[in-house]
Amino acid sequence: MSEPATQAPLLELDAVDTYYGQIHILQSLSLSIRAGELVCLLGGNASGKSTTLKTILGIVRPRNGAVRIDGEDVTKRATSYRIGRGLAIVPENRRLFAPMTVLENLEMGAYLRGGPSKEDFARVYDLFPLLHDRRSQLAGTLSGGEQQMVAMGRALMSRPKLLLMDEPSMGLAPILVERNFEIIKQVHESGVAMLIVEQNANVSLSIADRGYVLSTGRLVLEGPAADLRENEELRKAYLGR
Amino acid sequence: MSDSTPTGSSTPAGGPAVGQDEWVARHAAARVFKSGPLASAEDRLRQVPWWAWLVLFLALFSLLPLVESSGYVRRVAFDTVLYMLLALGLNIVVGWGGLLDLGYVAFYGVGAYAYAILDSPKFGIHLPSLLVVPLVVIIGAIVGLLLGLPSRRLTGDYLAIVTLFFLQLFQTLTTNGDSAFGHNITGGPNGILNVDPFHVLGHDLAVQHQGVFAVAYLYVALGIFALVYIALRFVNRSRTGRAWRSLREDPLAAEAMGMPVSWLKLMSFSFGAAVAALTGTVFAALNASVFPLSFYFVLLIIIYTMVILGGSGSQPGVVLGAIVVSPALELLREPSKGRLLFYIVLIGGLLLMFRFSRRLGLVAGATFVLGLVLHVLASAHDHRWVAGEHAGGFAGVVGHWVVVPSHLASWIAPTTYIGLIAAVLLLTLVSGWLRLVLLVPTLYLAAFVWENVMLAKPEPARYIILGLILISLMVLRPNGLLGERRVEIV
Ligand SMILES: Nc1ncnc2c1ncn2[C@@H]1O[C@H](COP(=O)(O)OP(=O)(O)OP(=O)(O)O)[C@@H](O)[C@H]1O
Ligand SMILES: [Mg+2]
Repeated sequence: MSEPATQAPLLELDAVDTYYGQIHILQSLSLSIRAGELVCLLGGNASGKSTTLKTILGIVRPRNGAVRIDGEDVTKRATSYRIGRGLAIVPENRRLFAPMTVLENLEMGAYLRGGPSKEDFARVYDLFPLLHDRRSQLAGTLSGGEQQMVAMGRALMSRPKLLLMDEPSMGLAPILVERNFEIIKQVHESGVAMLIVEQNANVSLSIADRGYVLSTGRLVLEGPAADLRENEELRKAYLGR
Repeated sequence: MSDSTPTGSSTPAGGPAVGQDEWVARHAAARVFKSGPLASAEDRLRQVPWWAWLVLFLALFSLLPLVESSGYVRRVAFDTVLYMLLALGLNIVVGWGGLLDLGYVAFYGVGAYAYAILDSPKFGIHLPSLLVVPLVVIIGAIVGLLLGLPSRRLTGDYLAIVTLFFLQLFQTLTTNGDSAFGHNITGGPNGILNVDPFHVLGHDLAVQHQGVFAVAYLYVALGIFALVYIALRFVNRSRTGRAWRSLREDPLAAEAMGMPVSWLKLMSFSFGAAVAALTGTVFAALNASVFPLSFYFVLLIIIYTMVILGGSGSQPGVVLGAIVVSPALELLREPSKGRLLFYIVLIGGLLLMFRFSRRLGLVAGATFVLGLVLHVLASAHDHRWVAGEHAGGFAGVVGHWVVVPSHLASWIAPTTYIGLIAAVLLLTLVSGWLRLVLLVPTLYLAAFVWENVMLAKPEPARYIILGLILISLMVLRPNGLLGERRVEIV
């Protein structure tokens, strides 16, 4: 660590190459997120967005390159260590613990902190009052929209500095997507940095500070969200107008 | 929450609201409508706290030796408590950790052997029980940890193979341990003899009292059971217990929540091994000897049966599984008692299938009449056809119903046996009236095969009956007697 920690970004991927067996997925990918930023990661299907998040969390290990949190190289560290450093994820397809109650699911989010405190619950219930009513319902019996709230609440229970979200609006009705993004904005304004993977480029760029665009594992475009919204290629490819 | 949110919790009467899952609503409604005396009794039973059940259970079990003074009954009760402990231990690994551990019985053996080595004339060591038992528990936990280390990245089939290898390794080591580098450590196939009984504060806990199984061991085992049960309940309620559950449900999500997945798996292995080793000490102290063959594969299957039957994951469930299976195996040792069990299972299965409905009467009546008619016909044709041996009593009734020839032609046994299997398979394929009609000859055939084929070979028949009980229960209650209801996100 040559540079002072205050200058280092909250999260940094430095030229990572990630493979699944022989298949080269992420190709020399570099990106960074500063504290408090809201960044979105765009890209078509199978472009490697979820793989990027898995690399950040250490669920898959890159063959080359480095992952740094607050300037500290965590490339060889376990997932639990990285979560302990302030990361949290809302995984693709939510992946709740179906036979456990909403309350228990939330508790599991605070696992590394040795269990949740009253304030943690209060914060989550504040964002999602419905979860309070449904706290003893089994998570597997919730509707898709309700499950999305639990997944987000569960991730927030660990009081993350950086929240990773993999397609948080997948399978939600348009009105819920809007509501979902309102909540994302609200969480972001409370000081949590975010990396959002989204198919819905339009909405996510409208709330993001910056964006990255992936195509077959390579970064093809990056910049402030406003610039990306005006970008011709991106418009043609994703924004559909 | 804003009004525009369709997932609002206020549900208007008369059906699911917009955005509310219809299936959930229907499910909830179905639960409400399932009422009647049985359901309300079930609900009331649910309100009884767990410790009240435990106290009641322990009290009933402790009274057993006072009611029945026979050494045999005490011994069966003692063995059942050992099985309960073993099932509790396996439940940690299989039910909570979600790991297929086929080496579990080896930890039981490790505990028994460790006790035998530390408390027998073999090496002249005689440690006090209050020291050696905790020591063996720690040894078991460490061995579990060591076995877990190489296998912590493995799941499912691979883990099963590695752990099965460990069981085999244990067998090989103990069987050949009489010449390990020129030393006799395990006594080889002859095992270790004259193992000390438990001795606490200078008193030996004798196994026999005036020639009868000493009831003290039953109480010691029950005491250990109560301690283990309560301790495990706390473990299950702890952060670790819940982490195990979430790990079993979705390992990837558990990892993404920051749970130390490998460490949690190691812990469940180690906990299970510790409980098995603890049980091993009681086993060794009671039997005063240990042999490699006591820790065999069939024992593993029996414990698995208990766990699956009772409901993997549920503590009271696996205990119930042990209480059902252990005496059942004992009953099946003797043909006459086995016969009783067979007909109880048959009639019980019918009851569970039809409840007390008209169809039950029809099927039972038709089967009864069919038997009487066939018996009369056979007897009229040739008296030797019904002259087979009967034990009398209960069998006397059966004797007028099932055709039991005094001599069985060699082709009859395999033909009827295969015919029975075919009929059962056919039953699963048809439905409605056809099924009822087919059920009648199938039942009769089952009784025929039981009386003529199975009773001639009691040992395999034991396990076949056990398998039948297991299969029919799995059909009726897929999660075991007291298993957790599983919910899947679809
Ligand atoms: N465990 C795995 N083993 C092998 N290949 C994988 C694995 N996971 C993902 N892949 C492959 O890696 C590529 C990138 O997958 P990834 O999940 O990162 O895509 P994505 O950008 O998230 O796509 P989507 O928008 O559809 O979720 C895909 O071609 C996928 O098939
Ligand atoms: Mg994806």
